[in-house]
Amino acid sequence: MSDWEVVIGMEVHVQPTTRSKMFCGCAVAPLNAPPNTYVCEICEGMPGVLPVINKAAVEACLKTALALECEIPQHTKFDRKNYMYPDLPKGYQISQYDLPMSRNGHLDLDGRRVRIRRVHLEEDTGKLIHAGDKLHKASESFVDLNRAGVPLMEIVSEPDLRSADEAREYAVALRTLLRTIGASEAEMEKGQLRAEPNISIRRAGTDELGVKTELKNINSFRALHRAIAYEAKRQAELLEAGGAVVQETRGWSEAEQRTFSQRSKEFAEDYRYFPEPDLPPLELDRGWIAELRAGLPKLPGARRKWLVDQYAIGAAAAATLASERLRADLFESTVSKGADPKTTANWIIEELPSGETLSPEYLADIVKLVTAGDITRDQGREVLADTLSTRNPPLLIVSQRGFKQVSDESSLGPIVREVMAANPKAVADYRSGKHAAIGALIKDLTTRAPSANPRVARELLEKLLSF
Amino acid sequence: MDPTKLTIGELGQLLRDREFSAQELVLLHFDRIEEVDGEVRAYLRLTQELAYEQARIADLAIKTGEAGPLTGIPMAVKDVLCVKGVETTAGSQILRGFKPPYTGTAVQRLFDAGAVMLGVTNCDEFAMGSSTENSGYFPTHNPWNFDRVPGGSSGGSAAAVAAGAATFGLGTDTGGSIRQPAALCGVVGMKPTYGRVSRYGLIAFASSLDQIGPFTRSVEDCALVLETMTGHDPLDATSANRPNDVRRDLAAGVEGMRLGLPKEYFDVAGMETGVKVAVDHALRVLESAGAKLVEVSLPHTDYGLAAYYIIAPAECSSNLARFDGVKFGMSEQDAQNITDLYTRTRRKGFGTEVRRRVMLGTYALSSGYYDAYYVKAQKVRTLIKRDFDEAFAKCDAIVSATSPTVAFPIGSKTQDPLSMYLCDVLTLGGNLAGLPGVSIPCGMSEGLPVGLQVLAPQWREDIALRVARAYEVASDMRVEVALV
Repeated sequence: MSDWEVVIGMEVHVQPTTRSKMFCGCAVAPLNAPPNTYVCEICEGMPGVLPVINKAAVEACLKTALALECEIPQHTKFDRKNYMYPDLPKGYQISQYDLPMSRNGHLDLDGRRVRIRRVHLEEDTGKLIHAGDKLHKASESFVDLNRAGVPLMEIVSEPDLRSADEAREYAVALRTLLRTIGASEAEMEKGQLRAEPNISIRRAGTDELGVKTELKNINSFRALHRAIAYEAKRQAELLEAGGAVVQETRGWSEAEQRTFSQRSKEFAEDYRYFPEPDLPPLELDRGWIAELRAGLPKLPGARRKWLVDQYAIGAAAAATLASERLRADLFESTVSKGADPKTTANWIIEELPSGETLSPEYLADIVKLVTAGDITRDQGREVLADTLSTRNPPLLIVSQRGFKQVSDESSLGPIVREVMAANPKAVADYRSGKHAAIGALIKDLTTRAPSANPRVARELLEKLLSF
Repeated sequence: MDPTKLTIGELGQLLRDREFSAQELVLLHFDRIEEVDGEVRAYLRLTQELAYEQARIADLAIKTGEAGPLTGIPMAVKDVLCVKGVETTAGSQILRGFKPPYTGTAVQRLFDAGAVMLGVTNCDEFAMGSSTENSGYFPTHNPWNFDRVPGGSSGGSAAAVAAGAATFGLGTDTGGSIRQPAALCGVVGMKPTYGRVSRYGLIAFASSLDQIGPFTRSVEDCALVLETMTGHDPLDATSANRPNDVRRDLAAGVEGMRLGLPKEYFDVAGMETGVKVAVDHALRVLESAGAKLVEVSLPHTDYGLAAYYIIAPAECSSNLARFDGVKFGMSEQDAQNITDLYTRTRRKGFGTEVRRRVMLGTYALSSGYYDAYYVKAQKVRTLIKRDFDEAFAKCDAIVSATSPTVAFPIGSKTQDPLSMYLCDVLTLGGNLAGLPGVSIPCGMSEGLPVGLQVLAPQWREDIALRVARAYEVASDMRVEVALV
């Protein structure tokens, strides 16, 4: 197994965030909507209807293409992909064939550049619900057209991935990017991101590509990883036993944790692509492209580097922040209000509950109070929780709740002496050289005086103990 | 004065003068249909309920002085135009019983203007044919001679207007399907520039060629109906957003205009002497009205027919894929599996000509043949457009016969598809190039009408209509209703 190299290319279908479908005014159905409740004569493919392009979908596709640094042509067009299936109401899918919305981009993972062949737009099909087994054996089949006509971007990579780990990393990076630019929510479990890897194997050190299989029905990143690992192993075993890989589409069975043959590509379907005559070719206005490009937020890869270079925070913290645009934005705004970068990063990553946010001014106030030693970290946590629930300014909460650290020696002196008097054994231990005994004293001190500044209190203790 | 023989202009005036009501006009028309349509068979279905309701509303508009020029005017609608709740079948058994859930844009605009729909007219199945003999229901007969075809594919609407069974009709023209039946039935018929009238609601035959247009009894009526249907439609991405100027300078005459006579259109094989004589006479009329006749050339005419019969079937093979027995129309029961359902439904539902074209188109788009057929045909299409561009550099409009022959005997071409395809040789160039073209009656041969075709540059319906109107005036032509 070790001398085989796995070669993976990915076709990823992503549902862009749009209110309406690709070619009609129907709203995009929420998950689990009753069948055929988000349909009209257009997405049902009634006789006489015509498609009209959804500009929001084109915009999302172009933003994605730009974020992947693709080339955007002057002209693009839609084509018909002809095949008959009951979930395809028109008998053809409107897609893009030889003049896609974009070509030749890339997505950089850690240490590897994955080339993007193309990003294009198309429409989704409906869904079949079978009573019984598969279509040909089912006693009855039903067609739900809620998804028919929902926009899809197809992102096709070159076969540049070399392991299940890389493939998963690629899919996760793609999801992060799509969310960062606001092109899609990209929830795999909701079917908004569907990854279909093409897998082949070859002897390590050779260049020729092996016969590939395409995997479908993958519903999570975990399944993606497992399906690829399984399929690579299956192919290797097959070849080592003297067999041959058949070019085919294979499904991933989550229940059985294996891939199974779905459709042989031996008799490859002829889709009879031709230009969609109902849609004039699309001119992509250069001014609009420039506007979209300028409007893109800093992308995760670039932003991670930017955060490290600009704020000298750790690589891990920078990667975490960069993967979530809103948090990275909050970080930069908070630091711009004068808060310490490392502490700010730490508070956003460790203390801010996920999904919660607050104004950079408030966060900066909390971070500054903690760094200055004006309140304890524990008090800071309480202030943060209070701010999130009441939306009151941190400074108000601090004064209302009396959260002030006691830092001056004249106030702390009597308490320290009290603690020493109450713990003679610990004092004796410390003075005899067991410096760890100071822990018990500090613990007692913070119980007696919760607002005491622990650093100042410790210094004072050490000073008095050394007499 | 028989209201079933009048033009829209004349009827509109009489309605507004309260000579009769819109409801009475509808009654008169249903009487006329009763009288003639047993033999003509222009209508597949009558829509009495809808007609009386629309006429009632039209009468209210007339009473309150809100009537427009089309208020209360009876019309016939080709069976390929969707009307909500009205069985619309594209002349095919496969759509028997199909009632669209919506009304197409062009028809809706006419409804909004007050027109009254009398019924659905016969046509060749999915508009594929030149004689209306390919209807999945029954053939329509030419009102001038029942043994002859009315032309096609919009033969039902043309025959209805010619027979006094509707004041105007709607057709669709993919290769000549309005102009040729207009010529054969002796009425005015027009195909607008591709993109002028929304195709939303038109059951597609060949999407890049189809256009909706009117059949009328005068050029003025033609301009009026076209003007009403015209205009950008957000539901049709191929409909243009342009000024509605189709009747600009309608009455300006042809003084000083250059009319191009393509030599290829006059030397066409199978041109009947009677047609040639009538067209030559019409040209002399136009010349004496001040037009200058110039010879032009459309050198790729010979390739047009071949290119058309690749492109149109290719598009239709895809457009007709939705008729699969799953969602609407005919669905064969007891199918063993999904492929069996498709095969049985389509074999039973489609007629011979439709199946022939679906197969031709599927073949032309297939991998390995696509470049040799479809791509090459598109190149020819470009050359034909260029031919017209060059011709229009030398003339303002192109004039010729609409059809090389008068109406031919029913059954005479049904066994020979190629001879049927040749009926469109003078009209399909206009579709390939997306040009507006009008056919107007220009005399008779063998007791049957002859049509004169005027083609104009894209978006210049005004020129085509102006030439047609000038001929109408100079020749004192008046569309006669047959079966008087």
